[in-house]
Amino acid sequence: MMRSVSRVIAMIICALPAAAVAQELKPYTIVGDGIPDSLTGQPGDAARGRALVLARSSTCILCHSGPFPEARFQGDLAPSLAGAGHRATTAQLRLRLVDASRINPETIMPSYYRVDGLTRVGSAWRGKPILSAEQIEDIVAYLATLRE
Amino acid sequence: MMRRAAIAILALLGAALPGLAGEIGESARRSGYEFMSADTKAMQDDNTANPAMLSVLDGETLWRTKAGAAGKSCSDCHGAVDVSMKGVAARYPAFNAASGAPVDLGQRVNLCRRQHQEAEPFAPESRELLALTALIARQSRGMPITAGDDPRLAPSVAHGRALFMQRQGQLNLACTNCHDDNWDKHLAGSAITQAQPTGYPIYRLEWQGMGSLQRRLRGCMTGVRAQAYDFDAPDMIALELYLTSRAHGMAVEAPAVRP
Ligand code: HEC
Ligand code: HEC
Repeated sequence: MMRSVSRVIAMIICALPAAAVAQELKPYTIVGDGIPDSLTGQPGDAARGRALVLARSSTCILCHSGPFPEARFQGDLAPSLAGAGHRATTAQLRLRLVDASRINPETIMPSYYRVDGLTRVGSAWRGKPILSAEQIEDIVAYLATLRE
Repeated sequence: MMRRAAIAILALLGAALPGLAGEIGESARRSGYEFMSADTKAMQDDNTANPAMLSVLDGETLWRTKAGAAGKSCSDCHGAVDVSMKGVAARYPAFNAASGAPVDLGQRVNLCRRQHQEAEPFAPESRELLALTALIARQSRGMPITAGDDPRLAPSVAHGRALFMQRQGQLNLACTNCHDDNWDKHLAGSAITQAQPTGYPIYRLEWQGMGSLQRRLRGCMTGVRAQAYDFDAPDMIALELYLTSRAHGMAVEAPAVRP
C-alpha cells in the first residue's frame, strides 16, 4: 500500500520534467536584429510589464537600474534601463529579452525565452523559460515607454 | 610516467593561467572583508563581538570530548589544538593518499571520526562539524593560504577551474562572470566580491548562523537556478580547491563574518 503510493509519487515526479518540456515555446522569427511580431499575437500591457521588471523573480533589477524610485536595491552590472525604448525598437527589445546571446554571444544577460543549450538547470526550473511569452510582451511594452 | 607527464603539463597550464583574460591579478586580489561595512568589519575584528567565536568555544569542548567505540578525543591524538593544528587549515583541501583525491577540512575531521574514534561522521553543516572546523581554521588566522601547492592536486585544481568557468543554470551564468569580471559591481544591493574563500567557516548575518564554504557555494548555484552540487560531491571539493588555490598567499581570516 505504502509502496504503491510512493511509486505513484515517483511516477508523477518522473513525469513532471516531460510535462514542462511539453509546455512548448511559441515559435518566433528573427528578422535582422529583432523579432518584429508579438510572441502572443497580442500587444503587451505596459503597467504589468513595469511590475514585472521590478519583481525579484524576473531578475532584471539584480543587474539593471532604471527609473524606479521605489526600488531600494538596483544592480550596476548592466546599463540603466532609462531610455531603453529610445535606443531600441520594439523588435530589438523583444529579441534582447527572448535571447540576448543572439545579439552578443558573450553577454551575461540571461535568455528569458529559451530552454535549450543550458547546463545543469535546477529541477524546479528545468524545461521552462524564465519568463512566459505573455510576460515578455508586457515587459517589451513597458520598455518601449522608456523614452528618456 | 604518463601520469607524471600529464601532471607536469597541467602544472604548466596552471602557471600560465593568471595571464588569461578575466582572471584577477595577484595585486588586485581582495578578501570579502574589504567589501564589508565598517560595522560588519568591527564585528569580525573583535573576538568578543564575533558570533563565530561561540562556535570556536563549542569546538574547544568537542576537541577534548571522548567519542566513538575507540573512546578517544581529538586531543588524545593531537594534543593542544593551538600547537598541532597551527597552519593546518591553510593547506586544505589537501590530497588524501588513501582515496587519491582532495578532501576538505570537514571531510578530514570526519575521516578522523571514522578511522580513529570509530564514531559516526558528523552531518554536513552540523553544529559539531562547523565548531571543530571553526576551531581548527582559527589556528591558521593570519597565515598565508597554501592549498593546491601539492602537485598531485593539479588535475583537481584544473577540474575545479573548469567548473568555475562553466555557465550553468537557468540564468546561464558562470562563477567567473560575476567573481572575475564584475567583482567591483553590485547584484541588486549586494557587493559581488571576488569569491575569495579566506574566512570559512563563517558566521553569515543573512543565515543568522554558521556555515561552510560548501553552503556558500550552493547558495550561488541556486542563485543562478542551477542544480547545486551535493555536499562533499567530488565536483564540490574540486571547486573549493580551485577557489583556495586561486587565493594562494592570501591570509586566513577564519572564522569570519559576512553579510
Ligand atoms: C545578469 C545580468 C542581467 C540581467 C539579469 C538582465 N540583464 Fe539586461 N543587460 C545586461 C547587460 C550586461 C547588458 C548590456 C549589453 C550586453 O551585454 O548584451 C544588458 C542590456 C539590456 C538592454 C539594452 C540596454 C540598452 O539600452 O543598451 C535592455 C533593454 C535590457 N538589458 C533589459 C533587461 C530586462 C527587461 C531584464 C529582465 C527581464 C534584463 N535586462 C535582465 C545584463 C542583464
Ligand atoms: C550573478 C552573480 C553571481 C554568480 C554567477 C555567482 N556568485 Fe558567488 N556571490 C555573488 C554575490 C552577490 C556574493 C555576495 C553575497 C553576499 O555576501 O551577500 C557572492 C558570494 C560568494 C562567495 C563568498 C565570498 C566571501 O567573501 O565569503 C563565494 C566563495 C562565491 N560567491 C563563490 C561562487 C561560485 C563558486 C560560483 C559559481 C558556482 C558563484 N559564486 C556564482 C554573486 C554571484
